Formats: sequence, structure tokens, C-alpha cells
Amino acid sequence: MKRLLPVLPLLACVIGVQLLCSATDTLYYLTQMTMSAYYSLLIIALCVLMGYAGQISLGHAGFFAIGGYISAALTTHSLIPYGDNGLVKFLDSSGMLLSGQSLYGEELLVVSPGVACVVAVFTAAVIAVFIGIPVLKLKGHYLAMATLGFGIIIYRVVLAVEYFGEADGLSEVPAFPLFAGLSVSGNFVDRVQNYYIAWGVLLLGMILLLNLIDSRVGRGLRGVHGSEEAADAMGVNTSRYKLQTFVLSAVFAAVAGVFLTHYNGGIGTSEAGVMKSVRYVAIVAVGGMANLWGALLMGVVLNFLSLRGVFGSYDDAVFGLILIGIMLFAPNGILSISVRYHLLRLLGKNKQDDGKEA
Amino acid sequence: MKKFATKILMAVVAVSLFAGPAMAETIKVGAILAATGPASFLGGPEARTLEMLVEEVNANGGINGNKIELILKDSAASPEKAISFAKQLIEEDKVLAIIGPSTSGETMKIKNIAEQARTPLLSCGAAEVIVNPVASYVFKTPQKDSYAVKKIFMEMNKMGISKIAVLAGNTGFGKAGKGQLLKIAPEFGIDVVEVEVYDKKSNDLSAVVAKIKANKDVQAVINWSIVPAQAIVPKNMRQAGWDVPLFQSHGFGNIKYVEAAGAAAEGIIFPAGRLLIADTLPADNPQKGVLTNYIKNYEAKFNEPASTFGGHAYDAFAILMAAIAEAGNDRDKVRTAIENMKNFAGTGGVFNFSKEDHNGLDIDAFQMMTVKDGKFVAYEK
Amino acid sequence: MTSELFIQYLLAGITYGSIYAIVAIGFNIIYNATGIINFAQGEFVMFGGMISISLLQFMPLPIAIALAVILTMLIGALIEICFIRWLKGPSVLRLIIITIGISILSREVAVHIWGESIRSLPYFVGNEITSIPVFGARISPQVLWVVAVSALMVVALGIFFKTTSVGREMRACASNRKAATLCGINTANMVTLSFILSAGMGALAGCVMSPITYSQYDMGTGLAIKGFTVAILGGLGSAGGAVAAGLLLGVIEAFSVSVVPLAFQDAIAITILLIILFIRPQGLFGSKEASALKEF
Repeated sequence: MKRLLPVLPLLACVIGVQLLCSATDTLYYLTQMTMSAYYSLLIIALCVLMGYAGQISLGHAGFFAIGGYISAALTTHSLIPYGDNGLVKFLDSSGMLLSGQSLYGEELLVVSPGVACVVAVFTAAVIAVFIGIPVLKLKGHYLAMATLGFGIIIYRVVLAVEYFGEADGLSEVPAFPLFAGLSVSGNFVDRVQNYYIAWGVLLLGMILLLNLIDSRVGRGLRGVHGSEEAADAMGVNTSRYKLQTFVLSAVFAAVAGVFLTHYNGGIGTSEAGVMKSVRYVAIVAVGGMANLWGALLMGVVLNFLSLRGVFGSYDDAVFGLILIGIMLFAPNGILSISVRYHLLRLLGKNKQDDGKEA
Repeated sequence: MKKFATKILMAVVAVSLFAGPAMAETIKVGAILAATGPASFLGGPEARTLEMLVEEVNANGGINGNKIELILKDSAASPEKAISFAKQLIEEDKVLAIIGPSTSGETMKIKNIAEQARTPLLSCGAAEVIVNPVASYVFKTPQKDSYAVKKIFMEMNKMGISKIAVLAGNTGFGKAGKGQLLKIAPEFGIDVVEVEVYDKKSNDLSAVVAKIKANKDVQAVINWSIVPAQAIVPKNMRQAGWDVPLFQSHGFGNIKYVEAAGAAAEGIIFPAGRLLIADTLPADNPQKGVLTNYIKNYEAKFNEPASTFGGHAYDAFAILMAAIAEAGNDRDKVRTAIENMKNFAGTGGVFNFSKEDHNGLDIDAFQMMTVKDGKFVAYEK
Repeated sequence: MTSELFIQYLLAGITYGSIYAIVAIGFNIIYNATGIINFAQGEFVMFGGMISISLLQFMPLPIAIALAVILTMLIGALIEICFIRWLKGPSVLRLIIITIGISILSREVAVHIWGESIRSLPYFVGNEITSIPVFGARISPQVLWVVAVSALMVVALGIFFKTTSVGREMRACASNRKAATLCGINTANMVTLSFILSAGMGALAGCVMSPITYSQYDMGTGLAIKGFTVAILGGLGSAGGAVAAGLLLGVIEAFSVSVVPLAFQDAIAITILLIILFIRPQGLFGSKEASALKEF
């Protein structure tokens, strides 16, 4: 439970940022803060996979894209032409469909966002299981290449399949109504509530992961990372822990994909690209492989800067430089141990148990 | 005496207060272009064109004495960046209007944002869905691809061609073109017997050329693409000893692709804006002055040949400036000014906007062209 | 399928295949000496093509190509010395990430030097429409150049590793680095040498294929992925395996056009790779015992 204490100051920060932006009339910063929060959701999960379970994934943009694309496709492709189909009728009568009008007056009958979200995340989880079982038996370069290959296949599929909009991707994705009048949408008026939705989801994810790494599973995972053989010999079911973490991180990525797609009102092929996956790995590396807080901080900061166009035409170059610089000079992440140590001591915790080289 | 001085002082203050707004102000214009990344062959020339034009306008004293400030954002063809930048430009920088994005996919993502925020958007994307259905604040400057398709099919009818193969690149441009080709072909009694989509990074297409060549029905090939790979198709066709007519799209409108295809480019037939044959236009052509001027300035400044892609950005900028000159620094008035603009000669053609048509170009904006001795010339038969 | 079409597909496959094979051999050279998969291998090919095209304005073609190869070798050496040499016992994950970073940086450097447009060397013989008949099919003479240069490189490399003392020392490093160090071989220099060699091979490939495929700043990534696929298919570290696997993948891709839409062509190669990784990670032609000895 001690691990959860830093969540409170974070919550205070989140509220503080919003109040500050409101006070200074700069609420527009929240747009990129919201987007960064969703990307960070993927990044913290990847951090657990890479830093704690020791498994690299160069294909996590693929899971993000599975989530985003499936929910976007289901909520935008009108089912009116298939209105006589038995399945469509059944779905309609059980309230899983949504009828309405597009912005330009066209009649629509689509799957409701809630159902689409469940389908999307479930699909990502199933694919993660099927991919994870064989892939996680591999190590080192083979693992990197296999996950990269998975990412490329997803990219190829969304680029080639008409249902996913080919090169144009999907647009005009409707808002995602949650509960109590909240809804995920990019409308200018909904900005503040969306900021809180995004950060709420991120905080929930963070709490879940912090609990996980402190649990039996987490200790087992760190064993896997330290020495898989030793952990195996101690009776830790290593392959099962690895798979569970892999699937969990895929689910996080898919959830991030679903929410961000509804927030942006669309998704394009760039979300599935190899560069995106590399970028996520870079951010985890910068934050320090086995450092959830570092990954969260870097995820928010770097995505925020990138989405605001601070790096201009040098966006990719900056990420390349960061990658090399960090890996050469500070393989444990930018929040190197001493700073972290002091920070943790300030927060009333001085155990140093996860500062090992990734 | 004291009273008099106070009165004068008040008068001065009042005058300066009134004069303030009328004096030079800076008008902010946003641009979201794919200057780097996978669509940089579009965004690169577009971004350079805009930089050049802003310099020119400001050196000439601006529009009605107001300086133009261009805020250029490089989206690298990522829709999520385009979305973020669009919101940023609209609310934070409070730009008057946005030029771009370069691709149709990005434009479709921010179409609703511009509409919601009542900010004029002048897209350089090709696909027709950008302006159909019409969104009142969204315009586009590249010619409609359906007109290019019709122009090609009209030529085919004349040549007696009825069975064709279609190749397309897997970009937004290729996708939209392929859709129009398949949709419009029956109207002209043309039968599409083979369809293939190739990757934008393809570097050899001899296998797929062999495949469609094996279909003896094919009388002509249409290659609809905007990427460098479109220079590879003609090479692979000619190397395979296949000499059926090859038609390409207006995406071929860059002399670099002709240079890349070399001898294989000879005889390719394609529709394009008149930018490519500006020097051979008669003096009374309304576009002549605009075109020669743009080409001269661009080539002098950047030491590379001007392309129709840069021309799309030129048109967007020129239209916007004309609207600002008429309507001032007001989003709604500028939008209305653009919608009512008639007979505006740009690089892509003569624009006639209306409430229903936010592209403003008709089929005559296209001219059939061919390649002869490594140069673009008007196609006549 | 007519015999003419069959041969045309086969020839197209051999063209792709030779290119993949050269890139894969570049991977193997470095992998053998260091245990690193150099994700920036494709960028060597790009640099070779781009530099030779720039040099062509000042000198005749053969000299431009030779100079481009030498310059790219220098780049290779620089990369190794700056980014790899001084790391003490780095983990595999760290090396993967570093080479990915180098690949991204090289691409960015290239786009800011040469811009986004495509360039190409002229055809060595004839021009864009010259073709020679082969059993009823037709191919460009440049294809023969690509195949011949690839074959020559494989043979030359074999001779180098078998007969020269430096080559033997490199092989010693490849099979057991510790033992090689104990025998007085300077393993650090051998690693640099492996980067130089593989950069040179990549650059030469980049020059020969440039007339066919064009050169562009971002051509490296796609090639690297294909080359990597082939290297693993053939068994990491095996040059002969790389040639066989390269040709196999090229031919499969060419023939796949007749059954699967072209848009999925890349996905096919990757799917094959994944299947191979899952059922036979030592590669089609590698032996299980040998791969068990490798470090990962």
C-alpha cells in the first residue's frame, strides 16, 4: 500500500494543472495533456513488460491500433444496408446498436461505442494470447524481431483493408458516452471533463500496475528478469507470468487506442507504424526501464512536447538522439539512481530494489 | 490654457485609440503540412512555397498594410499530430485560417474540428470526400480526381480502348483515384479487367507487371499514384517489352519523376494542371502570368523544379490572401469571401467557388499531357 | 501459368532475392563478430547510393562508386567507434535500442542533406528501356549486374574469411571471442573491421541497385527488415544460408503476386518469418546445436 502513496500527490498535480490552466486562461494546454495521458497509459504498461518482465516489444503500436481501429470501424460503418440481417436485428433489439445522424445529415446505424470498446479490447487480448504464447519463448534479437514483425503485419493489414479505410484511416468517429453525462469526445466544450477522464483512466492504470509489481506476480516477474532459469528452478511459473504481463500490456494499449480514437474523432495508419512502437520503447528507456514513475513522467512530457510540435521537423531525430544518448550514458534512465533515491526518501520510502540495469 | 492642453491631450489619445486598429496589425495564418515523413514529396514543396510567398507578401507591404505571420506545423503525415496542431492553431494561436494538411486522411480528421471552430480550412489533399459533403468552412485547391478520371476515359474512348488494367499506390491519393476509376469506368463503357495496389515504398514491380501483361485483354494501363514508385511502373513495363499505352494520374506532375523514369517516361499520357507547360501557353491564357511568375520565383529561390504539388499550396495561399484583402481579419467574412470568389486564376486552374462547390475547379483545369524528349508537352492527337 | 510468365516471375524473384541476400550478409558479418544485430544496416545501403549519386557530378561512374563505398566504410567505422566500442558488457536490449537510434539518426541526417526526393544512378549498360531476352522473358541488364555483384561479393567474402589471416582472426572471434582474445587477437579491432566490411558491402549493393530501385533517404528501414528476415531464415551468421534464404524469399514474393493481392506482399514475408521463428528458430539452414552456442 505504501507504493500507492505517491498517487495522491499525482492526483493533486492533475487537479493543480487544470486549475492553473483555468486561472491563466490557457485551457488549450489540456488538449495535448489529454492525448499524452492516453499514450502514457500504453507506456506504463510497456514499462512493466520491458522493465519488470524483461521482454522487449517492438510491436505495441500494433495493439494500440487494434483497439483504436476496431472501435473506430464498428462505430463508423453504417449497418443500415444490412438492416435485414438477423444478427443486426438481434443486436439492434438488444440495444447494442446506436442510430443517429452524421454531421452532414446522413442516417447512421452503428455499433454503440461501449460495445465496440469491449469488442476491441477483447480482440486485442485474444490476439495477445495467441501471439504471446510462441513469441515469449524467444529471447533477445529473435524476440525483438518477432514483435517487430507482428507490428508490421498489423500495419500492413490496416493499410490494405478497405474496412479500415486503407491509407486514409477512419474519421468521424462519434463520441463515447461513459456514465453520468461524461463522454469521450474532442469537442471544445468537453475539454476539461475529457482531461479528467484521461487522467482518471491513467491513474487507475497506474494503481493497478503498482499493485501488480508489488504482488506475488511482480516478485516473480523480477525473478524472471534477473535470471529466468533461477526463477524457474524456484518454482516460479515464468512463462505464465510473462504471458500474463504481455496480455495485460496489450489490453492497456488497446484501451488507450480506443479512448484516444474517440477523443481524436479518428485514427490513421501512422498509429500502427513501426516508428510509433520504437518511440514507445524509447520513452520507456528514457524513464528508466524498471521505473514506472519515470516512464509515466517521460511519457507525459515527451508526448506533450511532440504533440505541440516543439521539435518541428526534427521530431524523429530528437527521439533518435534521446534513444542513443540515454542508452550510451544513462541506461537506467534519465532519473538516475541518486535523484530517485532522494525523491523516494522524501516520500518516506528508501528501499532501492529496482535500480538494476535493464 | 491648462484646459486647452488637456483637450489636446485627450484628442491625441482618442485619435491614437481609434487609429490603433486601423494601423498595421499582424494577421496569423496557420499551416499544417507533411514537410517530413512519408508524404514529404507533397509537403516539402508545399511548405517551401508558403515560406516563399509569405516573404514576398510581407516584402511588398503585406495585405492592406497588415503583415502576415505564417505558423507552419510539420505533421509528418500523422493524423494525430494534425489534430493536435489544428486545435492548437485555432485556439492558442488564434489563426485566421489554416492551409493544409497535405494528405486527404489528415484533412478528414480535422474537417469537423475546423467546422466546429468556424475556422476556414484550405486543404491540399486530393480526395473528393473533403468537399463532398460540403462543410461550410472547408475548401480544397487540388483538382477533383473524378475530373482527371473522366479526362482519361474520354481520351480512351477516342483511342478505342475498352479493356484496361488499374494499378494504384497505397496512399490516400491512390486509394481515392482507384475508387473513382472503378466507379466511373462503366459510364464510359470501359471494363477494368485487372486491379492491383502496390506499396508506396515498392522498389521493383516487374512481377506484378508480368502478371497483368499475361492478361491478353488489357489494352491500356492506368497507374494512379503520387509516390516515386510511379516512375518504376513505366520502366518495368518497357523492360518487359510491353508497349500498350500507359496513362498516369495528375500525381505525375513533377519533372523529377520523368527524370527518374528516363527513356521509359516517353509517351506516358496524363491529365494535369497547366503549371507543367506554362512556357508554351498562349499569352492570353488567364493562368499564364500566375504560372510563369510562380515557377520563376520558386526555381530561383530553391534551385529545384516547381511541381503541381507546391502549386496547390500556392493556390490556397493566394486565395486566402485575396479573401483577406477583401474581408479583413475575420474568420466568417473570409470564409464568405472565398465562397463567393469567381474567376480567380491560380496555378491549378481558374477557381469559381460557390455554396455547393468548395473546390471551384472544373474539368477544364486539366489538360492532357505527355512526355516528349524528357519534357512535358500538351498531348494532341 | 505459361512458361514465359513463370520465367518472368522467377527472374523478378532473383532480383529481389539478390538484394535481400546482400543486406542479410551485411547483418551476418557484424552479428558474427559482435553478437549484435545492427538495425542500421539498411542505412549503409542508403548512404552508398546517395553518396555515389552526389559524387557522380564530379567524376566518372566507377570512381564515384568506389569512393562512395570507401566513404560509407568510414561511416561504418565511425559508428562503431563512437557508439559501440567503449561500452562495457552491454545487454542485448541496450544494443538493439542503440542501433535503432543510429538508424533513425542516419535517416534524419540524410533527409537534411539530400532532401526527400528520389535520386538514382544511371543504368550501367543501356538505359531505362533496354532489356535482354531470357527464355522468352525479358529483363533489364542491370538485374544481371545486381546478381553478378552479389555473387562476386559472396565469393570474395568466402575467400577473405578462408585464406587471409585477418579473415581467419575474424572467424576466430565469431566462434569464440574469449578464446580469440586469449590467442592474442585484438577483438575490439575485429569488431570495427566487421562494421567496415558490412558497411562496404551495403554501400556497394546500394550503388548497384540504385538504377532499379532508386535511392531515397528512408529506403533503409524496409531493406533492413527484409534483410533481417532473410538472415534469420538462413540461420543467423551463415552467409550461404543468407543467399539461399534471400533467393527463396524473393521468389516466393514474386510468385505470391499471382495469388495474393500485392498490398499484402510484405505481410507474407513477415508471416513466414514468424512461423520460422516459432517452429525453427535456428533458421531453415542453421543447425540447432550451433545456434545453441550463440549468445543472445
